[in-house]
Amino acid sequence: MWPNKFDYQRAESVDQALELIGDEGKFLAGGHSLLPVMKLRLSAPEQLVDIGRIDSLRGISANGGLTIGATATHAEIAASGDVQSMCGALADACGGVGDQAVRNFGTIGGNIAHADPASDPPTVLVACGASINIQGADGSRSVDAEAFFVDLFETDLDDGELITSVSLPNCSDCQCAYVKFPHPASRYAIVGVAVCLKMDGGTCAQADVAVGGATVKAVKCAGAEAALAGSTLDDAALNAAAEAVKADIADWLAGDVAYPESYRQQMAGVYLKRAVKAAAG
Amino acid sequence: MSTRIFGSGIKRREDPRLITGEARYTDDIKLPGVLHMAVVRSPYAHANIVSIDSSAAAAMDGVVAAYTSEDIGDGLAGLPTAWLIPDSDLKTPEHPALAKGKVRYVGDGVAIVLAEDRYTAQDAADAVEVEYEELPVVVDPEAAAQDGAPQLFDDVENNIAFTWVMGDKTASDGVFNTADVVVRDKIVQQRLLPTAMEPRSAMAQYNPATQELTLWCTSQNPHIHRFIISAVTGLNENKVRVIAPEVGGGFGSKIPCYPDEALVSWAAIKLGQPVKWTETRSENYQITIHGRDHIQYVEMAANRDGKLLGVRATVYAGMGGYLSTAAPGIPTILHGLLYVGPYTMDSVYCESIGVMTNATPTDAYRGAGRPEATFLLERMVDMVAKRIDMDPAELRRKNLIPAFEDGYEVATTLIYDSGDYPAAFEKAIGIAGYDDFRREQAEARAEGRYLGIGITAYTEMCGLGPSQVAGAVGFQGGLWESATVRVTPTGKVQALIGASPHGQGSETTLAQIIGDELGFPVDDIEVIHGDTTETPMGWGTYGSRTTPVTGAALAEASRKLKEKARVLAAHLMEAAVEDIEYDDGKFLVKGSPDNFQSIQDVALMAHLAWNMPEGMDPGFEESQFYDPPNFVYPFGTHIAIVEVDANTGDIELKRYIAVDDCGPQINPEIVAGQIHGGVVQGIAQALCEGVIYDDSGQLLTGTMMDYTMPRADMFPNFELGETVTPSPHHPIGVKGVGETGTIASTPTVYNAVLDALSPFGVEGIDMPMTPAKVWQAIQSA
Repeated sequence: MWPNKFDYQRAESVDQALELIGDEGKFLAGGHSLLPVMKLRLSAPEQLVDIGRIDSLRGISANGGLTIGATATHAEIAASGDVQSMCGALADACGGVGDQAVRNFGTIGGNIAHADPASDPPTVLVACGASINIQGADGSRSVDAEAFFVDLFETDLDDGELITSVSLPNCSDCQCAYVKFPHPASRYAIVGVAVCLKMDGGTCAQADVAVGGATVKAVKCAGAEAALAGSTLDDAALNAAAEAVKADIADWLAGDVAYPESYRQQMAGVYLKRAVKAAAG
Repeated sequence: MSTRIFGSGIKRREDPRLITGEARYTDDIKLPGVLHMAVVRSPYAHANIVSIDSSAAAAMDGVVAAYTSEDIGDGLAGLPTAWLIPDSDLKTPEHPALAKGKVRYVGDGVAIVLAEDRYTAQDAADAVEVEYEELPVVVDPEAAAQDGAPQLFDDVENNIAFTWVMGDKTASDGVFNTADVVVRDKIVQQRLLPTAMEPRSAMAQYNPATQELTLWCTSQNPHIHRFIISAVTGLNENKVRVIAPEVGGGFGSKIPCYPDEALVSWAAIKLGQPVKWTETRSENYQITIHGRDHIQYVEMAANRDGKLLGVRATVYAGMGGYLSTAAPGIPTILHGLLYVGPYTMDSVYCESIGVMTNATPTDAYRGAGRPEATFLLERMVDMVAKRIDMDPAELRRKNLIPAFEDGYEVATTLIYDSGDYPAAFEKAIGIAGYDDFRREQAEARAEGRYLGIGITAYTEMCGLGPSQVAGAVGFQGGLWESATVRVTPTGKVQALIGASPHGQGSETTLAQIIGDELGFPVDDIEVIHGDTTETPMGWGTYGSRTTPVTGAALAEASRKLKEKARVLAAHLMEAAVEDIEYDDGKFLVKGSPDNFQSIQDVALMAHLAWNMPEGMDPGFEESQFYDPPNFVYPFGTHIAIVEVDANTGDIELKRYIAVDDCGPQINPEIVAGQIHGGVVQGIAQALCEGVIYDDSGQLLTGTMMDYTMPRADMFPNFELGETVTPSPHHPIGVKGVGETGTIASTPTVYNAVLDALSPFGVEGIDMPMTPAKVWQAIQSA
């Protein structure tokens, strides 16, 4: 509860933020991932650069696809009509992050930069083909969400780089869903499954699936996708996809003493079925 | 016709200040020049301290001092263990305020730093360099008691602090050797974190001119804290003032006197400046006492026709690294004596082994020994039912003690005060629709849905208790309470009590008792508690004792005042005392209802003393010491209905029925609140709460991210019922209700889950029954 001493500066622009951030600095947005670890003295950055009031990082815009500013809060995303219509799964995921206070302060940029494996939004971003827009001293770049999440608390971000926004394709002609088995204490996902289905009549033309919580990072699940694609989402296809998803995540499993890897892996199968039913229903 | 305030569910008078954040807790109290104490705590569960270097810390800007055990020397005596149980070979190893040469659990204090602000104190604590030599660790109490286990203390052989025996082993063996049926199980009562909403805090101020120490602290029993702080500091007890301001819950965890409270006192005396310490939640989980931690080997004997014959158990009770204040009494006196429960069972035997382990000390946690007893009984009863193929409700019905009104002696030597267990049982069975449920269960199973029902019939002893019994069982204190009812000249009441409520709503309940006795409006009655200088002596709020014991003292003090008022009123109205009738705060002359003196009139005239009857002293104030002649024994039956999702192991609690009998209810809303809270805590033990240590003694459930506290959305609306059986020995017939929920609910839900899983043949799951464990049990069955 008593963080180490640190310097605090507020940036007025992205360029200024990139100038201010030093080798030992951290960007501060909503602070709901960073400040708790600082209070526990698990992290002790010497400098915080507050990006919370930079206008260009705010807001959600829709033109063809979705562009969500890095400092858009979970609550804003959950309540956004554009997000609900273009990617309902993301609205659902953001609406289930933490509690209301966390959602009012916590930001999508901060969330994905922290890359907690049990967090909800990354799983949807990976399933729905989002890209992460990044700015650094050397300019801007964009990375697919799948490539952005590298490992446990590890992303493709380099030191000094800042997430500016997240882009998502328009999924309004898809049926997507995110369902999770929340940890009874933390409400983080023991397993979270995002699916995005393109239906052609009663047949699934294309399926995108990602799993988080059970894994060290959000994992795209090609085997489950293949099992669902071309099917009518009947029990046989669901059972096959549930088996396949366990194999898809086998190399990335995470667990703890209360909810071990083996259990989470099995639950990924159960929750895949539930996610597909939620999306198709 | 007057409206009785007794029995009225008025709103809790303490709630406005609590829910608007206006209440003043220890940490809210600001003193000029206060120093902040941080404690350097051991990161190892068992280690020798090779060296401590606090020079860098002491040299930091804003740091006033850093001290180790060596600096304290004999300035502080070790913290006492205050429950010296008989019939055991109890050893009480030294518990220094800061570790001397060796640490025994993660969080054991090794040094303190005092600084001008809290941040600097924490920086300085981090800067103290301690070199440790790690030692082998043992956390499991059964393992710790075996030959060859790591030894915590040289003078506690095999870490066994005591072996307490209850009952006649030979007689018990005779019953078990000849019984038709014996069932047995190993039951693990996992460690639990009390998690009071307010963490512990302590602030001390010493006045060298008067040599008086004032200690504000989170205490359930400030008079006991004064007693112990006086003993450890060497100050005379009349020079120590302990104030428990608003206290945000305790559940037992604020009964003990901890090193931290002794350390702020010592440092305040040493430095002549006020010193404050407030724990973080992480510290709370690491160093504030834990509850339960039993490994029980339990057996029950029965006849084939369902007659229960006896129960016996060997209990390994984890004490942690030191013996906390009341620790030895919890798995012994407060546990074994409950082995008969509500049943006509004649044979009991208990061997309870208190074992030192490299873990946080344990002590009383809501229910304290009684939940652990009720659980093992109810678990065994269900196992007997299964073995003899009898419905578990029918088996309980067959063995319940029949109704009694004034004393029923059971094999544990307790004399239950009053009870009608069958009435409460049948009421709960009726609310649940037990027979219908069995049909519904069968239909659901046919559809692949797994419903289960669990029943607990219980009685417990609370309202602790007769002081003579306290002495006989080694409790190093009395268990009476005292109270003063003081009426001001304008007819407003100050009720001063020695007990120290901390969230129970006692300011409301106790005011209702006084209002009922004397006719003062409840809003005119203030209940004052928590300050050893302002209040009369009392032994504290725990063991569901404040309403039964303090309430009795207040009722008796009020009755004395009422008699004084009657005599004075008669005198003022020039009537004979026997012609005075009392009705709702008025003393009337029989036959002339317009001729009366109100209680307020009488109070004023008693203060003015212009016209007193001969021999009557002025003033309007009475005190009463009350030592209960027996415990009180609330009882009831709880029923839970659950559904298990076999795909995930997730458990949905569909219904929860609680029929409790705590005698006449003074405030039914507060009774319901106590039951709700207790039930939630007890169900949490069954389903989600549980401390996990790794093999090196590190606490893996050290935050609320990992330790699962119950949440409102886990629970259905509770269905409460009641029966009313007054205690025959109590002035107003009431029994305690603070712990019944935790005592009854854990086995209720546990048995319901196992009932749901019976198609899979699952015989047992260690608590907490998390989805992962339930799912694994289904897979393995």
